[in-house]
Amino acid sequence: MMLGKTAGGLFWMFRYLERAENTARLLEAGWRMALTRSADDGSNEWQSIITTAGMAQGYNEKYDSYTSGNVVNYMLRDRDNPSSIMATIDQARSNARTVRTALSSEVWEATNECWMVLKEELARPVSERNLHDVLATIRYRTSVVRGALHGTMLRNDIFSFARLGTFIERADNTARILDVKYYVLLPSAAFVGTNIDNAQWEVILRSVSAEQSYRWLNAGDTSPLGIAEFLILDERMPRSLAFCQSQIDKHLHQLEQEYGARQGSQALSEKISKRLSDSTISSIFQDGLHEFLRDFIDDIHKLSSLIEQDFRFTG
Amino acid sequence: MLIGPDQVRDPYEVYYDWFSNDDIKRLRKKSEDAEAFFRRIGITFNVYGQDEADERLIPFDIVPRIIAAREWARLERGIEQRVRAVNAFLHDIYHRQEILRAGRIPKEIIAGNEAFIPEMIGVNPPGGVYTHIVGVDLVRTGPDEFFVLEDNVRTPSGVSYMLENRETMLQMFPELFTKMKVRPVSSYPQLLRRSLSDSAPSGSPNSKPVVAVLTPGIHNSAYFEHAFLADQMGAELVESHDLRIEDGRVAMRTTQGYQPIDVLYRRVDDAYLDPLTFNPDSLLGVPGIMDVYRSGNITLANAPGTGIADDKALYSYMPEIIEFYTGEQAILKNVPTWRCSEPDALAHVLENLKELVVKEVHGSGGYGMLVGPAASKKELAAFEKKLRAKPANYIAQPTLALSTVPILTKAGLAPRHVDLRPFVLVSPNRIDITPGGLTRVALKKGSLVVNSSQGGGTKDTWVLGD
Repeated sequence: MMLGKTAGGLFWMFRYLERAENTARLLEAGWRMALTRSADDGSNEWQSIITTAGMAQGYNEKYDSYTSGNVVNYMLRDRDNPSSIMATIDQARSNARTVRTALSSEVWEATNECWMVLKEELARPVSERNLHDVLATIRYRTSVVRGALHGTMLRNDIFSFARLGTFIERADNTARILDVKYYVLLPSAAFVGTNIDNAQWEVILRSVSAEQSYRWLNAGDTSPLGIAEFLILDERMPRSLAFCQSQIDKHLHQLEQEYGARQGSQALSEKISKRLSDSTISSIFQDGLHEFLRDFIDDIHKLSSLIEQDFRFTG
Repeated sequence: MLIGPDQVRDPYEVYYDWFSNDDIKRLRKKSEDAEAFFRRIGITFNVYGQDEADERLIPFDIVPRIIAAREWARLERGIEQRVRAVNAFLHDIYHRQEILRAGRIPKEIIAGNEAFIPEMIGVNPPGGVYTHIVGVDLVRTGPDEFFVLEDNVRTPSGVSYMLENRETMLQMFPELFTKMKVRPVSSYPQLLRRSLSDSAPSGSPNSKPVVAVLTPGIHNSAYFEHAFLADQMGAELVESHDLRIEDGRVAMRTTQGYQPIDVLYRRVDDAYLDPLTFNPDSLLGVPGIMDVYRSGNITLANAPGTGIADDKALYSYMPEIIEFYTGEQAILKNVPTWRCSEPDALAHVLENLKELVVKEVHGSGGYGMLVGPAASKKELAAFEKKLRAKPANYIAQPTLALSTVPILTKAGLAPRHVDLRPFVLVSPNRIDITPGGLTRVALKKGSLVVNSSQGGGTKDTWVLGD
């Protein structure tokens, strides 16, 4: 037996942790791009990073231009940004406190330490020279929480709600990264094979920490179709849409087993999965990559609110 | 710890020997370790109205407060006697009021007292228990001389410190526990669970009693403790918006629908418990819960209206109350109290104002209080005026020569004043007193104030085995 509020708290705790981690990856990719560019000031790149993170509106209210200093500070720690990494970690910990009774002490302590360390590190603006270390700390600290979850938690409904939060957030994140950049992946004669394109593709791969695994699998043959296929349909890739979807299916199925009742959210999830498995990368491109991703993002949002209702997160 | 320059009190002998042979630097390092440990587990309290620093640690001192087996045995008897008397008193005061009829305490003290809840008249709590959880505040003034300061029968807090302080000591100084026979406190959460389950109402649809802890939420200063106890008991931690009344029972919203609750360990004050019965603006309570309670379908721990038993005006009557219900003399003393409503007492108080502590009858938290020995002539004169104008509003007590226990300071061990709050569990068929408790210590030299909000800290409390 679990309180609906607790299920919701777990779901959001892990959504926020995943979000913090994704924002850190995104920032890392943007930062690298800014460092390796020679011609322009990289403001286009920073703009697309901010858009991908879903922070465009708030950022534009505050700043007129995209400079690395402003973007980095805004994404990391700006108090005006409710989605900054610090705010997200704050939310994760606050949710962890509400669901304290559902967490092993190792998971709770890892979360609390993550918060304590980042509060300290992000108390002041982060200098360029320290940015890489700070981003590494964020990834490391959130990994410790995940490790504690895997190592110490029972595989029951508590675990399932935590994982559902993780994969809903991750699926949404990967889909948004692709969608903001989809034009780079479209076959366009003018740019194919140029350096700019390669750099853009690299950002995409880096922002989901996939540049290495992609290289392993494709032996240096980088193509837009290949990248899109990898991030959308490859079930071996832990941040691909297909992988996230298979995990969501799995955990909804486990909840069905545990509770002895099938919910509407499960039907929707299976529908989304079926669409993925029925697709090939060429059919997706043929029907329109952007449309495909928009639909997917919409579906994931619907799925998230359906889960919230089905399991009575808020009453 | 010490009686004379080189004379150590019995219970501290082994400890003092160990301490004297240990490296002071190592001990200071341990002190820092303890703080890091408390931060990591999040045993903090919130300070209201402060933004950034709203989570603070209560300072912890690594020198234990040690109580001999014989001393404890006497305390136990005294506490048990008091708790029985309080429960008998509460039953009586909400039923036939024999003690008022017998003229042993004045009617005025009950009538018009906010802590007396008329809605409880004639209500029979499941199992007949009013105060399931009690945390009696005691001070020691000499060998075998303990005084009760307050009975704390509403919602005593601090038990999580008793448990976590011990955990910390076990981790830091395991060798001490092999040298000394310290009685364990770790079974408290299981005892609490059992005690609450035993108090469950009959006729529940649940096969086993379902217990939940009701918290005002994560912004409450004691939230850590609420979560900690729920976790340790394997109970659900609920807030008012998780609850509703269904089929005449209090039920909580789970992932699979509403589940009836049998016992609610509520850490919400009476006034906020039920907006339909008490404070209509309360967002912390459950509308209609008092109806469920009156029809005997839920146990509330502690029962509403228990606060009347630790009202300051009533405190001075505790010896009479104990005698009235148990037929025995009180084992634990009350601090002598002059009720200024009585002319003789008032005369005595006015004559000795400089030596006394004068408190407002309905005040709490040290407000509206005069500490005679620390007051200026001007303050004394001003207070005398107030006292003459409304004598019934005040009680007076002597300043006690509180015992001290050493703490670890930069200069080594130094004595500081302490109090002691043992925790008592009451169920229909038994009373459990955990051997230990919360020792609060005034960290400032000479200070008598042990409250955490005013620079107080805590210590582990060791009750030795025979």
